[in-house]
Amino acid sequence: MKENNKLSTLTRGIIKENPVLVLVLGTCPTLATSTSVSTAIGMGLAATIVLICSNIFISLLRKIIPDSVRIPCYIVVIAGFVSVVQMLVQAFLQNLYTALGVYLPLIVVNCIILGRAEMFASKHNPLDSALDGIGMGLGFTLTLTVMATIREVLGSGSWYGIPLPFFSEFNIPILTKPAGGFFVFGCMVALVAKLTHGKVKHNATGCASCPNAEACAKLAKEG
Amino acid sequence: MDIKHLFYIIMAAVFVNNYILQRFLGICPFLGVSKKLDQATGMSIAVIFVMLLATAVTWPIQNFLLTPRDANGVLIRDMGYLQTVVFILVIAALVQLVEIILKKYIPALYKSLGIYLPLITTNCAVLGVTVLNITESYSFAESMANSLGSGLGFFLAMVIFAGVRTRTESCEAPESFQGLPITLVSASILAAAFNGFAGVVETLFG
Repeated sequence: MKENNKLSTLTRGIIKENPVLVLVLGTCPTLATSTSVSTAIGMGLAATIVLICSNIFISLLRKIIPDSVRIPCYIVVIAGFVSVVQMLVQAFLQNLYTALGVYLPLIVVNCIILGRAEMFASKHNPLDSALDGIGMGLGFTLTLTVMATIREVLGSGSWYGIPLPFFSEFNIPILTKPAGGFFVFGCMVALVAKLTHGKVKHNATGCASCPNAEACAKLAKEG
Repeated sequence: MDIKHLFYIIMAAVFVNNYILQRFLGICPFLGVSKKLDQATGMSIAVIFVMLLATAVTWPIQNFLLTPRDANGVLIRDMGYLQTVVFILVIAALVQLVEIILKKYIPALYKSLGIYLPLITTNCAVLGVTVLNITESYSFAESMANSLGSGLGFFLAMVIFAGVRTRTESCEAPESFQGLPITLVSASILAAAFNGFAGVVETLFG
């Protein structure tokens, strides 16, 4: 039973609680970096590393951090790890660094990482938090890769930069543009809703699992 | 540095590099707070305000504290690696401070903008604009113009989309498309419409 729990902590992020398609977190990097498979994988792995590290670290500190200043504390921890990843990418993967541009430092404000810190790491032990980080990170990377595959194959007729026959003759350039990003993402969310037969209910926002939920709810009540 | 150039930066930020529709920064409030027009307006005004304030604070920090240059433009010291940590902390502190000051001294304004402020701390648009100002190596005036333009672009997209949302909310979408998916697809059409601005600003003001 205990082993089973650990496994479900790991796999939950990949399908059942997929951060992008089900929890609807981290939409900005998803839309922005899914124009090609290589940037999508790069972004996904960078965010995964930050997520695992910050989850472990925040979980270790969960009894020390005072409740009232927890969000700033989480942000500092996350920003620290983002800087580390940023420097590593700049040193060893120059092409990826240029391709990701501003979205690399913006991992700091990626709601997936802050959301998992708030929802999971602050309440569970480091091992579970690490597993959760791996699962959520893989879910994020997989979704990004699938979306990038759709956009790159149909949009620019290649996969991971390798030109594909047939597709390169009949590509749909708008899919690599921002408009195509919104469209493909909308279709994927609809597909998930269809496959789960509407069991997955999301509001139009990821507020439910986002650290801003409190302020958001207040807003909804007043509106 | 003439006025025309600053105006060009503002126009380009509003229409061509629109933060929401072309750069995908600030998608969460775009999807979350755009249901009603008054909320969309309130949120956007708060974003414009914080963007300008954050740029006014982070630009001097970057150029005089982290990477100061001497008269010949040679780096005196390079602490650019602290940029992410420092910027997010400054923005978070700034938003808190603004909230406290508004609450104490201008309660009327706090009542209308206050609830949006905590949502802005972790808004990628605000951190995005401060970081982009540095990577584009804008001067202080250019940075402020870019922030103003980006904020106005955010405002424009939010207000337009609030109008679209009232229509999509009342229409009968296919079951699996209801809610978020139909919102995203209509956002895609709006983004496609903004593609039309691509050459316009450059020809008019460039």
